[in-house]
Amino acid sequence: MDLTYSPEHEAFRRQLRAWLRKNLGSWRRGQERLDYDDPRRIERAKQWQRVLYEAGYVAMSWPKEYGGQGADPITQAIVDEELVRAQAPGLIGQMGIQMVGPTLIQFGTEEQKRRFLPKILTAEEIWCQGYSEPNAGSDLASLQTRAELVGDEFIVNGQKIWTSNAQFADWMFCLVRTDPKAPKHQGISYLLIDMKSPGIGVRPLVQMTGERGFNEVWFENVRVPRDQLVGELNQGWQVANATLLHERNMLGAATRTQELFAALVRLAKLTSQGGKSVIENPVVRQRLAALAMRVEAVRYHALRQLTDTVLGRPRGIAASVNKLVATELNHDIAACALDLLGSYATQSSQSKFALDHGKWIREFMFTLGMIIGGGTSEIQKNIIAERSLGLPREPRHLPREPRPETGQ
Amino acid sequence: MNFGLTPEQEELQRSARRFLQAEWPPAAAHAVFAANHDGYPRELYGRMAQLGWMGVLAPREASGLGGSFLDAALLTEELGRAAVAGPYLANTLAVWALRQVGSGVAKHWLPLLASGQSIGTFAWFEGDSQTWPVALQTRLTLGRFGIRVHGVKRFVLDAHVADAMLVVGLVVSAGRRSTAVVVVPGSQQGIKIRTMDDVDRTRRIHEVEFDGVTVPRRSLIALGTSADRLLARVYDAAAVLLAADSLGGAQKLLEMTVEYAKVRQQFGRPIGSFQAIKHRCAEMVAQIEPARSLVWYAAHAIDALPRQAACAASLAKGHLSEVYVSVAESALRVHGGIGFTWEHDLHIWFKRAQWNRYAFGSPERHRERVAQELRW
Repeated sequence: MDLTYSPEHEAFRRQLRAWLRKNLGSWRRGQERLDYDDPRRIERAKQWQRVLYEAGYVAMSWPKEYGGQGADPITQAIVDEELVRAQAPGLIGQMGIQMVGPTLIQFGTEEQKRRFLPKILTAEEIWCQGYSEPNAGSDLASLQTRAELVGDEFIVNGQKIWTSNAQFADWMFCLVRTDPKAPKHQGISYLLIDMKSPGIGVRPLVQMTGERGFNEVWFENVRVPRDQLVGELNQGWQVANATLLHERNMLGAATRTQELFAALVRLAKLTSQGGKSVIENPVVRQRLAALAMRVEAVRYHALRQLTDTVLGRPRGIAASVNKLVATELNHDIAACALDLLGSYATQSSQSKFALDHGKWIREFMFTLGMIIGGGTSEIQKNIIAERSLGLPREPRHLPREPRPETGQ
Repeated sequence: MNFGLTPEQEELQRSARRFLQAEWPPAAAHAVFAANHDGYPRELYGRMAQLGWMGVLAPREASGLGGSFLDAALLTEELGRAAVAGPYLANTLAVWALRQVGSGVAKHWLPLLASGQSIGTFAWFEGDSQTWPVALQTRLTLGRFGIRVHGVKRFVLDAHVADAMLVVGLVVSAGRRSTAVVVVPGSQQGIKIRTMDDVDRTRRIHEVEFDGVTVPRRSLIALGTSADRLLARVYDAAAVLLAADSLGGAQKLLEMTVEYAKVRQQFGRPIGSFQAIKHRCAEMVAQIEPARSLVWYAAHAIDALPRQAACAASLAKGHLSEVYVSVAESALRVHGGIGFTWEHDLHIWFKRAQWNRYAFGSPERHRERVAQELRW
């Protein structure tokens, strides 16, 4: 056990902090009041990623030939920590950086890597994820969007849903059924689709937070060149799962949880009841400390996994544990904030009476969304139980029994 | 930056697990429950002493292993996993305290405790509970011929087999009350020991009355602020070791439960194929895995991060005692009726979880301590 960083890492951290002090300025989070998909917000978010990229801090662990710096995992972890610590805005290209990028590095052809990876880093191309469908949510492998190989092109028909950022994304990594006769996990392929292709329709859905975050996407005879297939034909399930693993780690990031908890503690210090800060209230202290125990456990658990990564050790089902634990914890943190705010908890961010900019009710709803997205907590529990503990799988085809008479 | 165990630590833990599986199977813990006698498993402890475990925290020149606190936590985790009875925790805390002080009495007892020739314990808490700091009633009167100890201690671990008791009391001098710690031989005249019969029979605790027991002045090992500092350090050590014991116990219960869920059939299929059961098991994993990292951190902090040690110890103790109790309850629910019997192994760990929860401060107490340490 050695929790000190090498002099090189320390120097790197100092240099990054100095850069953030000098350059973050107006980029700092929460400066803007624009809608989620307002083109001005998106343009600005792309600019911020570009600034950060040019300074050398985006996806530093990627190989040099694709725009990264081949940095070690600890350097990458330092960047993640410091960006959160400085309250830097999240990256608009994160689904490219954290999901499809690492997948392409693992499974993509050389041409695909050279074509796509550099523009993910510079935010020139924003990605969205074409996974869920109206009838394929937790049972993702039931997806029905069809792709027929005709000559050198796939012809794609079908529908995706809950597709975050599709309304402004340039590309989609998409799961399609290429062999309808095969068992459902064996007829799926992983395609990269240009969102400007003719035949694609996008309709934003308004989320319960009021934001247009996710969308419905329709494909009508959309032509996709064959060289945009990732991995083998009909072997996309394996590729899809690699992306899901990256997604779970992204959603289960300990840094995000620490940030949210720090904001909760600030809120508790600033909120007063009866002339006293609520953080002096013993009940509040008990709740905050109980959360602190879980937050610190997640934080050190992330450090342990970082060490495992450095040593090249397998991480088992860690991604599912991370996703399950962190998203549930984030939601509990937001719920605690609502309780501290009491009657002000439900004031919207537009209300001039709102406390803490009305952010917590949105956070409360949003964190519940993250418990659902990327595989629900229940799905993660199935994965942990079946793949790690070796408990028997659910019977896939329940025996047909006569329907009992209910008498109603 | 390396958040993990060394190969030597991994081997220490593996070999401890193998050793205890052979030497302390559940049948041994059942025997302790059946007999409810006042001894301790001397044969097992003799072998543990040969392995150096009794002195894991003592320096080599004092017959110890010279191990790190994380080494001690890993061993304690394995003792918790096996639900080992006897004075390991009591002795380890006494060793930890004695190695912090350099006086002659400490030098006398440390090798005896570290080698397992003698057993040490703390006589610390009194009426209310096992939190610290509290107002003490026990008086240590410094006279010309020695120190007279007068008071009643409760929750004294393994007093019935202790050769050396580290007694915590107050010295009142010129109106000033100072905390002090004296070493009292267990054989001293005037000590009365009454068993506090606990449902967790792997732990033996006692009320100990010191009725004018007199020891030489050199038995005083800490006084005033140095005693307060020493006791804070021992309290942190106890918290981390109990967290480690809870971690091991929780892991054992998880494994026991998963095995049972695979073989127990209802409705024509193993109960582990039902999500109601499977999710409970997955939740245990989700509680235990991050908690393990918290225990490692807290143990490391005792040695390497003195300013964070108290907070980390309370984070670990508060959290792990909740996790252990929660896992024990889930384990019982999955087992159903069989788990509720005296014959089944489960109740051994279930009861140890309850004891661990309140020993050296309840979760509430440790949460408040975290709040104070974080300057909330």
